[in-house]
Amino acid sequence: MARIIKVGMADLNVAEPPDVLQTCGLGSCVGICLWDPVTKVSGMAHIMLPSSLLGKSGNDAKFADTAIPLLIQEMSRIGGEKSRLVAKIAGGAQMFSFYSANDIMKIGERNVEAVKAVLEKVKIRLAAEDVGGNYGRTIEFYAENGQLYVRTINLGEKYI
Amino acid sequence: MSLYEKISEFQLDAFREIGTIGAGNGATALSQMINKKVGMSVPAIRILPFSQVPDVVGGPERVVAGVFTTVKGPAPCNMLFMFPIESAKILAGKLMGRKYKDDEEIDYYGNSALTEVVNIVAGAYLNSLASFTNLSFVPSVPALAIDMAGAILNSVLAQIGIAGDQALLMETVFTEFEENVTGHFFLLPEAGSLEKILEAIGVKG
Repeated sequence: MARIIKVGMADLNVAEPPDVLQTCGLGSCVGICLWDPVTKVSGMAHIMLPSSLLGKSGNDAKFADTAIPLLIQEMSRIGGEKSRLVAKIAGGAQMFSFYSANDIMKIGERNVEAVKAVLEKVKIRLAAEDVGGNYGRTIEFYAENGQLYVRTINLGEKYI
Repeated sequence: MSLYEKISEFQLDAFREIGTIGAGNGATALSQMINKKVGMSVPAIRILPFSQVPDVVGGPERVVAGVFTTVKGPAPCNMLFMFPIESAKILAGKLMGRKYKDDEEIDYYGNSALTEVVNIVAGAYLNSLASFTNLSFVPSVPALAIDMAGAILNSVLAQIGIAGDQALLMETVFTEFEENVTGHFFLLPEAGSLEKILEAIGVKG
């Protein structure tokens, strides 16, 4: 029986087949999913903010720049090999549109940019993405085959 | 790490008290708009890790109408109203003098009416906060989103998330009894704002 392993806001977790990693209700946050196609070790992080330089916090899972290295490290403990990892990401929406779209309102966009920059820096290929827009997403990541399932309220569901 | 560990129970009580009066003003404003009695719960103050905040409104995948306002001034805050979608439809219908069917989406006018309600209720709330503290609170024009509660919340929490991992929520539930319309109201002070508010009303720890 596959277990569903929940990943909360500013949280991360790892899994092996047949288990499924799930995070519900991504808004401006980004769900980062990494997968090793050989050992089928998977990992998911739910980040809220682009950079840990924005503020002090004891929680590395909250920021793109600290969550990705931590996730790689956690995955390597159960057999995920960094050089083989591929990434899929989802989220980074702008839920509210204000007349004056200031910086903080574009946090989703900035999160996505930051995640992509960090992935490039650690040389992990981005295999698929479903980002942006103005709607929430729930995602499930299957350790078995590296498929990422994305569900929305009004725009249906898909696998990427 | 907690931003709020230095805040005493006594201070939270004081904060709750001004919240009660503010929310009372908000409930009165709402009641006048829909011409129905509106009740409110005594505000609950909770300090929660971010990951648990969506559970307060029925889980991250619950569809809600969220109306969000940022409040500028010496003690910046964020205000968020969340109505379960069923309640949002009834409320929007009452304001527009019509009924939204179960499978019907709230239209532009309904959304606009909901946003306006929040504008007025938030204004009533902030007026009382301002008169207690002698601080100015300047709300932005509210913005509305109808989507998963988790998605709405994490966009709002990202704003205060810069400073910590926990949210201080002041939550009031508004209820219109005839048709059981409920709404959750959250006041989320940014880092340092709670201290400024407490200082302004002269409550030391």
